[in-house]
Formats: sequence, C-alpha cells, structure tokens
Amino acid sequence: MRLSPRITQGMAVSGMWLLAGLTLGVLAFIIAFILWHGLPHVTWTFLTESPRAMGREGGVLPMIVGTAWVTGLAVFIAAPIGVATAIYLTEYTREGRLTAVIRFGADCLAGIPSIIFGLFGFVFFVITLGMGLSIISGALTLALMVLPTIIRTSEEAIRAVPASFRDVSFGLGSTRWQMVTQVVLRSAMPGIGTGIVLSIGRSISETAAVMLTAGSALGMPHTAFDSSRTLALHFYVLSREGLSMTNAYATATILILAILLINLAAYWLMRRFVAKVA
Amino acid sequence: MTKWLLIFAALLVALLVVSFGLGGRKEGALEVIGSTSIEPFAEMLAQEYEKAYPGRYVNVQGGGSTAGIQAAINGIADIGMCSRALKADETGFRDFIIARDGLAIVIHPSNPVSNLTRAQIGKVFAGNITNWRGLGGEDRPIHVISREEGSGTREAFMKLVMGKVRVSRKALTQESNGAVKELVRNDPGAIGYMSLGLAHGLKLVAVDGVAPSTEAALSGKYPLVRPFLFVTRGEPSERAKAFIDYVLSPPAQKLLEQEGLVRAK
Amino acid sequence: MRREKIISLCLLLAALSAISGLALITAFIFKEGLPIMMRAGLGKFVLSSDWYPTEGEFGIFPMIAGSLAVTAGAMVIGVVFGLACAVLLTQFAPPRLVAVVKPSIELLAGIPSVVYGFMGVIILVPFIRDTLGPAMVSLHLAPDPGPGLSVLAASIVLGIMVLPTITSISVDALQAVPRSYREGSLALGATEWQTTHRVLLRAGRSGIVAAIILGMGRAVGETMAVIMVAGNTLDVPHSILAPVRTLTSNIALEMGYAAGDHRKALFATGVVLFVIIMILNTIALAVSRRRAGKAVAR
Repeated sequence: MRLSPRITQGMAVSGMWLLAGLTLGVLAFIIAFILWHGLPHVTWTFLTESPRAMGREGGVLPMIVGTAWVTGLAVFIAAPIGVATAIYLTEYTREGRLTAVIRFGADCLAGIPSIIFGLFGFVFFVITLGMGLSIISGALTLALMVLPTIIRTSEEAIRAVPASFRDVSFGLGSTRWQMVTQVVLRSAMPGIGTGIVLSIGRSISETAAVMLTAGSALGMPHTAFDSSRTLALHFYVLSREGLSMTNAYATATILILAILLINLAAYWLMRRFVAKVA
Repeated sequence: MTKWLLIFAALLVALLVVSFGLGGRKEGALEVIGSTSIEPFAEMLAQEYEKAYPGRYVNVQGGGSTAGIQAAINGIADIGMCSRALKADETGFRDFIIARDGLAIVIHPSNPVSNLTRAQIGKVFAGNITNWRGLGGEDRPIHVISREEGSGTREAFMKLVMGKVRVSRKALTQESNGAVKELVRNDPGAIGYMSLGLAHGLKLVAVDGVAPSTEAALSGKYPLVRPFLFVTRGEPSERAKAFIDYVLSPPAQKLLEQEGLVRAK
Repeated sequence: MRREKIISLCLLLAALSAISGLALITAFIFKEGLPIMMRAGLGKFVLSSDWYPTEGEFGIFPMIAGSLAVTAGAMVIGVVFGLACAVLLTQFAPPRLVAVVKPSIELLAGIPSVVYGFMGVIILVPFIRDTLGPAMVSLHLAPDPGPGLSVLAASIVLGIMVLPTITSISVDALQAVPRSYREGSLALGATEWQTTHRVLLRAGRSGIVAAIILGMGRAVGETMAVIMVAGNTLDVPHSILAPVRTLTSNIALEMGYAAGDHRKALFATGVVLFVIIMILNTIALAVSRRRAGKAVAR
C-alpha cells in the first residue's frame, strides 16, 4: 500500500512531535516532581542550619558552603588558565603542529569520564600529594574537568570577534596585548562568561569525582584542607540510604534551582554576546 | 567588561572570606573514616563529643571497613572504623573495641518466612535456592543483596555464614547498610544482611531458631555477632586518643546500648 | 617588545597546561593499570568472568558486557528521541517554538546525574519490577521479571542523559548542510519530510554519526546514575531485565577500599575505559573532519 507523500509526512512529523513532546514532558516532570516535593521544605532554617543525625534532621549550610568553595576554587583556577590558553591559540600563534596538539589535548580531556578524574584525583592529589580528602583536592580535580569547556567556549568567543576590531586597534597603534585585553576580550567577554557559567553548572552537578576527592564530611569546613560534602553528594547519600526523603527533596530543589539560574545566566550571556559581535 | 570581571573576582573572594568567617579559626577536624555500620553511631557520638568539648571537631565519613583501614594507612584518616576483626596481614595497628553488633538477616516486612537455618541462608546467598517457595514462602524469585568486598559487614557475613563458599554472582551489590536497607524495604522478594543496630523497619529473620536482638547477641545465643573497632596506624595521636577515650566512657557506651548495640565489655 | 615576549611565554605556559594535565592523567592511569593487565594476561583480564579481587582474580568481562548492554540501550533511546528533536528543531518547528525547545533540551543536559538516578529509583525501577517485568514475562519476552534494577532501567536513564548531546551536535550537522540542497529538493517537488530523510539526513550523515559516537562516549562514561539503577551484580546480563554492573560503577564502588593489586586492577579497568573512549572520540573526530573536507571540496 503506497501512501501519498503528504500522509507520510504527516505521520512522520506527528511521530517526531510526539517524541519531542515526551522528551520535554520528562524534563518538565522531573523538575516539577522535585520542586513539588522539595520547595515547601527549603526554609530559611534549612538553608542556615547544619545537619544532625547524619542528615535526617537539620539543614544543609555546610554543604552549601562546601559546594561554593569547591566550585569557586575550581573555576578560579581553571578560568584564567583556560582563557589564557584560548588567547594563545587564537592571537599569539599561527595554526600549526603545536596548536593542533594543544587542541587535541583539550578535546581528549573533555571526553574522559568523571570517574577517571576521580580515580586520578584520589591517588594523585589525595594520597600522593598528601592533601587528603579536602576541598582543595576536589577543586583541583574539578578544575581539570572544566578546563576543556572553558578553552573551547573562550576560543569560539574570541574567534567570533570580527577581524576589523583587531585591525582598527592595530591601526591606532596598540600592542598585541593591549589589543587583546582592551578590544577582543571586551567583546568576547559574554561568550567567555557563558563558558565559565556552564562550568560552574557542571561542577555543582558533579558527584563521582568529588566523592573520591573532597570526601563526604558533614561538618562545616574551616579551611580549604578540610573535607566537605557537596550538595549533589549529600542528595545522593540522603536518598540512597533513605535517611530523610524530605531533606533529600529539599536538597535536590536547591540544586535544580541553582541549575535553572545558571542556565538562564548562560542563555542571557550568550544573547548579549551574539548582539555584540553580530 | 573589566568592571564585571572585578565584581566577579570580588564576589569570589568575599565568598571565600565569609565562609572562612563562618567556620572560625580552628585547627583541622579529626577524621574518622570507614565502616558504614559504625558510621551513624560514630556520628552521633561525635556530635555529643563536640557539644561536650566546644572547639573540637570530628568528621565522620563512610566508605566501608577496608576503606577505613586504607585511609588510616594512607594518613587520610586519624581513626579508621572497622566492623570486623582485623585480618592476619593487617599489622601495625592499634585497635580498640568500642561495641559489638549483631548481624541481621533482613527481608521485606510482607515476607511470610520467619526462621532460617544457617545452612539455608548460605545456600540462598550462594545462589542454590532461587525461589522463596524453596524456603516455605511465596512463589517469588529471591533477590539476593550483598555488600561490596571491602565491607566489614560482608566480611563478618562471609566468616559467620558462608565459610568458604562464594556469594552468588547474581547478588545485587550495594555500598552501605543504608542502601541495603532501602532496597530490602522496597522489594518484597529481597533478602540481605546488615547491622542489627540499623535494621529498623525491616523484618528480621531468626537464625537457627534464635530471633536477633541485643539481648540475644549479648548472651551469645544469637550466633552472628561481630566487633566494632576503632583502628589507628600505630599509637593514636592525642586528639584521636581523646575521642576514643570518650567513646569508651560509660555515658557514651550507655548511648550506644540505647541505640541497639552491645557494650564493648 | 620584551614585554610582549614575556606575555607570549606566559600564555604558552598556560596553554601547555591543558595538554600536560592530560598527559599526567594518561601517564598515571597507564602506569598504575598496565602492569597488572600484562601480569594477569590481557586476554584473561578482559574475557574472564571471575571478579574476586580480594582473592586475586581480575576478570572484567561481566562489566564490559554490562557497559556494552547499557550503552547500546541508551543509544536506541538517545538516537530515536535525539534525532527526532534535531530534525524538528531544524526543519519543522516554527522559530518561536525553537526558542523554547532548544534551551529546554540544554536544561536537560544540566540536571545532575544523581537526580536522574533518583528519579529512576523512585519511578522507573518499581515500574519495571512490578508492572513491565511481569508483563514482559507473560509475553515471553524475558525469562524473569528481575528486581527492577536492570539494563532497561539504566538504558532509559542514560538515554535521556545523552539525548541533549546527540540533539545539539545533530542540529549543527543539519544546519551545516548547504541551503541549496534543501531548496533544490523542494523545488523538484519533494515534501519537506522526503527532503529531510532522503537528502538532508544523508548529507549531514557524518555529523550525525559523530553525534551518536560522542553520545556513546558519554553513556560509557556515566557513573552515578548507573550505580543507582543498574543493580551492580557480577553476572553477565542475560536479558534487558537483568541487573548489571558497568566498568564505571565497578571503579566507583571499589575505589574507596582497594589496595595493592586490587587498586591496580581498578586502574586497569580505567585503562580499558580510557582506550574505549579515546577510540570513540577519534572516530567521531575523523568522521566529522571528513564531512568538513567534503563540504570544502564542494
């Protein structure tokens, strides 16, 4: 039976809309489910207290602090290195073997599973370098993980800056470095910002690598050498061990809201960037 | 754009400073790492310890008994928690028995089976009996739940029940007592083993006719009992000794008893 | 001029950090893992089903089978749903919907893996154990319903997780197809759907293949969600309802306490993972470069 092309198209497109609808439905369901169960429990007390009885009671303040530290340090370390790499690749050399090698290195790094980073971080930072299970071990490991993303987005952002900008800058007599910082970076900043913001999102969600390097201590970290539990890991422990479903949902709510905010920020930054260079 | 960069950097630094401030100026916490069976009890005692001695901090983390011993060896932990006796090749440690704990065989509350012999339990976990029918229960496949190899609870189970026989490859592996409990709680066909002191809300199987309880464990009637150890590499440090002394003190031991453990002495 | 030289040098040092980080990790993993693979025998390591590390037996075949099964399942879901979304976004969706759908799919990528795993445990696993499993058994599609923790559960969860990767790279691939292809096809009287599946998908084939392969890489590398829903048995799975352990779960479950040879065996597992992912990534890169080469040649 041969169907007319119009009918085949109708069926195919409806089929695809169904699939897409299911996909979005899953997304909406997950977010709604978590928020529905968790939002009522995200109280000021929850956000400012420490956990008691292994997390059955109390709040998640140390986890928020720990997550902020680990993520903040990781981005603090990775962002300058990543942006510098991108600047080097685009403005300071010609395409050649060296750039191909550097880019290959970054691409490979991007594909490595997070558990291998955890493996490496555990044996290298925690044990060999003697940093122990600590925020700094976690941050260094995460920095390696997000480095490729920052390099890639920064490079794209810098490349998108029109050549005319650079020509004008040189024409006015600037040095290369002046041109890079005053002209290129200024225009590329929202694009670079997107990469950094996405890295923050990735770091917050990361569990496997953090578990093995920053540990899972419940107490408030006082120094960067203290072990600390991140929000994602806390959620994992609470839900896996059935310690407190309400607290688990509340923790997940904080995570989801943070991710929503981060994605919004990245989206907004991207639009600003496109506006600047288009 | 440099303005935004400066603001971002300032926020980051402020974040770090505020976090520092929130914690105050303290020396590092005592790291206690290891058995997930001991973890909840150690955590409870750590909180009491911190209340009794403000300014001292104790961090308790899980990972399993062997992980605790490894952490002690590597210097990551001040004290390792171990829910089994030390093996012959684990030398160079000081170990302190802080309590004893029964090993419970747990099943779903709706499961009609109540009593199993040690031999039966061994056969189930070896994969030789695969349906609850074979144990006098419903017609339902048995889902065997075991622990990771580094678990002290698993070691104790192997020594006390399995002997030389290996656990079936088909057993579902979970990485903590809590995870085992959650799984058994939700699956009517599941059977697992876990710390007696933590097995709330599950049905406990009587072994060879003896129902598991703290009294039965204390009197020796219940056959599956194992020690809870605090382990240090060499002599414990001052801070570690202080915490260990606290845990062995009568009020702390009383607290452990109330929670379902058996006294160390 | 001198200042410029110093700046250039600093930037070069920073640039070398990425490659040196990679080199460090690779060297470490291989240094720790390769010797034991050689000692235990590569064949035995990869093909033996006996994983009893505390007794000195290191066979990772069940985990390789597990990773393969779960990844294959994830690909089925990821490709079907992901490609559908990509085609819709590029060919059939009005711009206003695209502005909603595209960021939503990116949001899907941002949700933490532990949340996906949790949803799997709460909703998917009981459903498979109590409803879908028995239904499949009565339809003779599977020998026993299993505990719900299964290849199927892991595949579904992973499929949703890799979907955004497949969609976004496929979108790039489809958008890179020259407009003339589409216009030419429509001018000849083809419907949009005919254009899509006879012309555009074929033209963007290498990019889409790259998308699938990269999605595969991500599925192979995922750890937390899989630990939560796959069951972690040491048995080679005999049906999609059977529980399974993947290479990544194996490392995560045992790393905390592994010592000596056992730890080296876990590094060796890491080596196997590393090699698999490197191969996948290189293929994806080669495939997409061939596409770029073709486009330029045109």
